[in-house]
Amino acid sequence: MSFSRQVIASCIYPELIDSDKMPLDVRERAKTLLECIGGSVGCYSDTIGIPIMRDSVSDFLTRRDEGVPSASGNIFITHGSDHGFGLLLTMLVRGDRSPLVGVLTPVPSQDFGNALVASGATAVPYYLDGQQGWRLHTEELQRALRSAREVCDPIALYVINPGDPTGHVQSRESMEEIIRFVYEEKLLLFANEDHQDILIGEGCMFISYKKVLAEMGSPFSDAVELASIHSASKGFMGEGGLHGGYLELVNFDPSVQIEFDRLISLLGLPIIGQLALEVMLNPLQPGEPSYEQYQEEIQHIRETLVHNVTRAFEVLDSLPGISCEPINGGASMFPRLHLPHIAIHQAKEEKLPDFFYCSRLLEQTGLCVCPGSDLGLPEGTYHIRLCIMTSVDTMEEVLRRLGKFHKQFMKDFS
Amino acid sequence: MWFWGVSAVIFDKGSRTINDACLIYCLPGGGVELNPIPISLYLYILCYTISLQQRGTSAANMSQKEVNGSSHRGKVLTLETMNQNVRQVEYAVRGPMVLRAVQIEEELKKGVKKPFTEVIKANVGDAHAMGQKPITFIRQVLALCAYPALLEDDKFPEDAKLRARRILDGCGGQSIGAYSASQGIECIRKDVASYIEKRDGGIPSNHENIYLSTGASDAIVTMLKLLICGEGRTRTGVMISIPQYPLYSAALTELQGVQINYYLDEDKCWGLDVGELRRSLTAAREHCNPRALCIINPGNPTGQVQSRQCIEDVIRFAKEEGLLLMADEVYQDNVYAEGCVFHSFKKVLFEMGPEFSSVVELVSFHSTSKCYMGECGFRGGYMEVVNLDPEVKAQLTKLVSVRLCSPVSGQALMDVVVNPPQPGEPSYATFTKERAAVLADLAEKAKLTEESFNNVPGFHCNPVQGAMYTFPRITIPQKAIDQAKAAGQAPDQMYCMKLLETTGICLVPGSGFGQREGTFHFRMTILPPKEKLKYVLEKIAEFNAQFLQDYS
Repeated sequence: MSFSRQVIASCIYPELIDSDKMPLDVRERAKTLLECIGGSVGCYSDTIGIPIMRDSVSDFLTRRDEGVPSASGNIFITHGSDHGFGLLLTMLVRGDRSPLVGVLTPVPSQDFGNALVASGATAVPYYLDGQQGWRLHTEELQRALRSAREVCDPIALYVINPGDPTGHVQSRESMEEIIRFVYEEKLLLFANEDHQDILIGEGCMFISYKKVLAEMGSPFSDAVELASIHSASKGFMGEGGLHGGYLELVNFDPSVQIEFDRLISLLGLPIIGQLALEVMLNPLQPGEPSYEQYQEEIQHIRETLVHNVTRAFEVLDSLPGISCEPINGGASMFPRLHLPHIAIHQAKEEKLPDFFYCSRLLEQTGLCVCPGSDLGLPEGTYHIRLCIMTSVDTMEEVLRRLGKFHKQFMKDFS
Repeated sequence: MWFWGVSAVIFDKGSRTINDACLIYCLPGGGVELNPIPISLYLYILCYTISLQQRGTSAANMSQKEVNGSSHRGKVLTLETMNQNVRQVEYAVRGPMVLRAVQIEEELKKGVKKPFTEVIKANVGDAHAMGQKPITFIRQVLALCAYPALLEDDKFPEDAKLRARRILDGCGGQSIGAYSASQGIECIRKDVASYIEKRDGGIPSNHENIYLSTGASDAIVTMLKLLICGEGRTRTGVMISIPQYPLYSAALTELQGVQINYYLDEDKCWGLDVGELRRSLTAAREHCNPRALCIINPGNPTGQVQSRQCIEDVIRFAKEEGLLLMADEVYQDNVYAEGCVFHSFKKVLFEMGPEFSSVVELVSFHSTSKCYMGECGFRGGYMEVVNLDPEVKAQLTKLVSVRLCSPVSGQALMDVVVNPPQPGEPSYATFTKERAAVLADLAEKAKLTEESFNNVPGFHCNPVQGAMYTFPRITIPQKAIDQAKAAGQAPDQMYCMKLLETTGICLVPGSGFGQREGTFHFRMTILPPKEKLKYVLEKIAEFNAQFLQDYS
């Protein structure tokens, strides 16, 4: 986003604030931010994030959730969502004491196994419903929890909404079911809401877990311990490399929150990331000089995504042996492969079938996608994940190569 | 004249369009002046003001809720059920002193009267927060990376643009917003390797052994994670110098490693003695499995620059005892005292010949937060691993991938640090001048501080040979010691707390860094600007005199 980068550049090199090369609103914003961060982006950030940044986050949340209050004291600035998740895990684990702490994690999703193992916790997979748009069923959560209790001490449920790679956006009813579930089973709720900025599905709405929780009223709203995670890494900002994110704790024990402060204080937070976050959460207003360009850029990103998804559906649905669930959010498509028996058989000699498919795809077309088996899916179903956050032309090329390869593959193994 | 308010004049009531807006000032002699402003600025101020009000309300609401909201039902995550190691972590640099300092700042803002008008935070090594100016060239390159449209601007010198383009070429999609490879952007790691080779007189450095990290702290903690294992008597022990930078003790606590203390010799200018290393190691072998030795050179908080002989002794010791060496060299450019020279552990290791250089496992750390750059907020750093088992290195590479990558702006900054302007380039003269000025200023303040403190009765201050801190030994009368102990406080903590309340000067008590039993110290940074530093030195001397009197 031009505006955010202009502000960041001006904060890095304040000479730009005095020149008229930058629009007025950029200069004003940079000036205000510099004053609040102690005059230089080279200073250490306060341990849990610069106060004005945390204020911006809590203001944003109050606005987003239409009045559900948010206090800066409950906001912790992070390096991004994975960092936030990692911090929460560190708080939970109990060293080598048996039984290990367990976290229910969704499948398919990014491989959290490493993060969990590295922190000393156990991942308890719960399977999203691939036949119904990757919905979450409470019965499946019950099953996962029951089996988990035999081998570990499950303490938290991790949900990703909007889902990645599934593209599923939860309905309010579904979210209420989850909240009821964690309340009854006495679990912490970790909600990764990184993809909340851009929804693709028509008529789809993002509601935050915090809002749903607050609107459910007592006893849920004052009991369920919820940690919500967000960042500037996805959405229209896409600033993964800048490392700006936050986490909000609701209903956590205040003395635990103090410990959380101390934990975060060891490693510093990059100021540039916080600047990116601040601009994301405190956007331009109509009338400001850069407003129109800002809106155009967001629109363009959104339109590109919608276009990419539409085209991907058109191409992939017309191919034999591929089916797709609707994509309503997130940054990926996750089509299912219906591989011929011969292919499956041949693959099993060396590796998993979808990995086999992806390797061949890479070798033959230079196209790199992620096999579903990397995302935790069990044997028997095969998927690939492709990123849709790319230019229209690149998407066309991706679809062209994939389409050609797939037709050939189905022929070769029929 | 002072600013009174902002107002908009709405002419067309029907459509509620704003036609004119102005800032309202009060004039000294009375009366009012209106200065027209663009509508956009008016709206911006309005939104900001509203957001300020909302901030107040929402905070108030939530704290109400927090008070009333905890139900009869117990929490899932409590002090008892959480990670107990985290509870034990202490990090004095940002500990209770700082919390109180921040509180005092709030009180000052609210107009509470104090014997001072500002809090001076001489506790943390944050150069820019104390007024040190950033290096122009560095900021130019980073601004170009952040907003590449500036590459068309002829206000920026060619050498800055050259480096920005090189960095952006190494980034995904030519953007510092893209995640990088977990080990760090390859061309930057190559530049780091070249820098190390040049610095160490040609001793080769391979970019595959370089890991870019979030400050040096991130890399240090990563190595500790790799090292710590075992149970009971076989639990990993890590040797750290006392006094030490408390990141090490905090990380060891969190990771449940065993901390093995070896004492630096205050009477020998905080020198390191191999006899002491041996004593500490032998004792440690009774209860744990010592596997690593950490050394900070130049030292924090002690400021000593180790001699070449000392470094050789440590390397020999590490080889004999089978220890992995962790060399924290973040202050490598901060060397002031005459006769003192920075010798990198890697260089010395290789100059000792293959008997050592092919065997001793060494990890060296560097950062962009110190030296002449002082860019703490960017979180740039690296570690170089030498002689690590290839399979362990593969595990290390896997471990760093869990946290995706270090901040790309910090990686970019590290690239500028290892690739500064060369003679003949447009920015060379200015860069060299600015760099020399920062270091000369620090050297002057180091000398001033040492002299000043050695004139304070009861203080003994070793020369500040390098780094950014002074760690004088102070005298605390028995009466004060007893009072502190009765209150459950370390005596030097009580001293520093009283100093803070009386003068607004925030230091870190020596107990936060470790010290010999029965001795007391504090750590003060030498970063405040010279005039302010002189003021601080005076005030501390005054306070100390009063303190000794009060407790005589």
